[in-house]
Amino acid sequence: MGAIIKRELYSYFCSPLAYVILSIFLFFSGLFFTLICLGNSTSELTYVFTNMFLVTIFLTPILCMRLMSDEKRLKTDQALLTSPVGIGEIVLGKFFSASIMYLICMSIFLIYGFVLSFFVSPKWSVILCNCLGLFLLAAAFIAIDIFLSSLTESQMIAAISGFAAGLFVYLLDNVASAVSAEIVSKALSAVSFLSHYQNFTVGLLSLADVIFFLSIIALFLFLTIRVIEKKRWS
Amino acid sequence: MVEVKNVTKVYGDKKAVDDISFTVNSGEIVGFLGPNGAGKSTTMNIITGYLSSSSGTVTVDGCEILDDPKGVKSKIGYLPEIPPLYVDMTVRKYLEFMYNLKKIKLDRDTHIDDVCRLVKISQVEDRVIKNLSKGYRQRVGLAQALLGNPPVLILDEPTVGLDPKQIIEIRNLVKSLGKKHTVILSSHILSEVQAICDRVLIISNGKIVADSPTEDLAKTLGRSDKLRVGVKGGKSAAIDLLSSIKGVNNVTKEREHSDGVIDYIVELNGDIDLREQIFYKLAEAKMPLMLMQSADPSLEEIFLKLTNDTQYNNHKGAAK
Repeated sequence: MGAIIKRELYSYFCSPLAYVILSIFLFFSGLFFTLICLGNSTSELTYVFTNMFLVTIFLTPILCMRLMSDEKRLKTDQALLTSPVGIGEIVLGKFFSASIMYLICMSIFLIYGFVLSFFVSPKWSVILCNCLGLFLLAAAFIAIDIFLSSLTESQMIAAISGFAAGLFVYLLDNVASAVSAEIVSKALSAVSFLSHYQNFTVGLLSLADVIFFLSIIALFLFLTIRVIEKKRWS
Repeated sequence: MVEVKNVTKVYGDKKAVDDISFTVNSGEIVGFLGPNGAGKSTTMNIITGYLSSSSGTVTVDGCEILDDPKGVKSKIGYLPEIPPLYVDMTVRKYLEFMYNLKKIKLDRDTHIDDVCRLVKISQVEDRVIKNLSKGYRQRVGLAQALLGNPPVLILDEPTVGLDPKQIIEIRNLVKSLGKKHTVILSSHILSEVQAICDRVLIISNGKIVADSPTEDLAKTLGRSDKLRVGVKGGKSAAIDLLSSIKGVNNVTKEREHSDGVIDYIVELNGDIDLREQIFYKLAEAKMPLMLMQSADPSLEEIFLKLTNDTQYNNHKGAAK
């Protein structure tokens, strides 16, 4: 697993991809931070993190689009699958490499916290809770995007379906309120990423939200393993 | 070392591999021969654990692929038809990655150096794989298979797309590897298999149609009851003369050379030696004998015969 994480990070930083993603993240988080916090003279990061939801929807498919699809297209999966490593290790390795990449992006928030500390003493525990939420949200999207990437050989299709999935998840609350059947509407809002994420943005750390995102991650990584497994048997 | 038992692989309603069984002993170099699409790559992918068979078992050095996939995989070095290279990496980085992936216990730097020297890629170690020529890519693929000194090497068409010099180099390399490793290689080039392998498995339409030591292949499969006889002059008289010899079934003209020598194929009645009689008969008739050789079918002919036969039979079977 370590070998795969190392290789994926190497390949991110060998191509412009890592730098493009880092710049986009830096630009938008900086924009939100400047407009919301510095512009309104507040140390409240809630809205910054709320807005980061959209940035995450946009960035994670790009981060994950080639992770599985390229292996199939370039036949390098033959090297992975004929090596003495389990499929689970391969998928986890991919997942962790993308997550680490996102974590690197998020490290910029330390600087924002540092900037805030010139004006007030920032509530680091709240910022940490915000960051944990954003990270879990990104990890859940990464798991979904890796799954989508494992279904196709084309990076393009993986990325576009990733955007679509993200957008759908974003609109889930609206869909839920439009559905008249109460059970369906309740079920839909229960799996709404936005409402689970919003608790983190206001500094509320609840176990239920953490478990929600962790189960989404586990589910989609499991599905990815099944997709690869299925390919061997069909 | 490698035991394949009743392996079948079904894609939809097509049988890519149909009940194949064979054993490869330790230290053997076995050639898999067959036309494109015969099931060579599929069989190799099943042995290496990339694909699962629909039924049947594969055992490598006592480990069963379904019970202990990691055990089997750690014993095999595999070079697929398209080398599985991460083209954005340098050769060195790629080999280090494969070394880590295969969880090899040998000292990393000296082991990778050794392998690079063996396949002669030391001078391109720091180049990005993307920029390497086909020959070098193939060698990097081979290096990757050799990492960890696995007892079994499986090479899928290792010389495809290389220039003649590179082909000879790779062949010699594989031959020398055969001293320490058990090698299974596939090819659709007969002369290659003839040059490298101890044993040949001919595979056609997912079935093994021949399995024999390379030198015996022509003997066991091709009947050696034909002689090629070159005679100067005589023309039709020579045919009559040769036909008149007792034990000769049929004489056909093969071709006429510009110097007046005509080659005939003399079919003998069974495995008898008529060479002396032919010599004296022709000498008496003052028709100089210019050439006499056994007209054994070439490996190419045997191969075509075997693979065409099964295709024909299958076709017939399907038509019924």
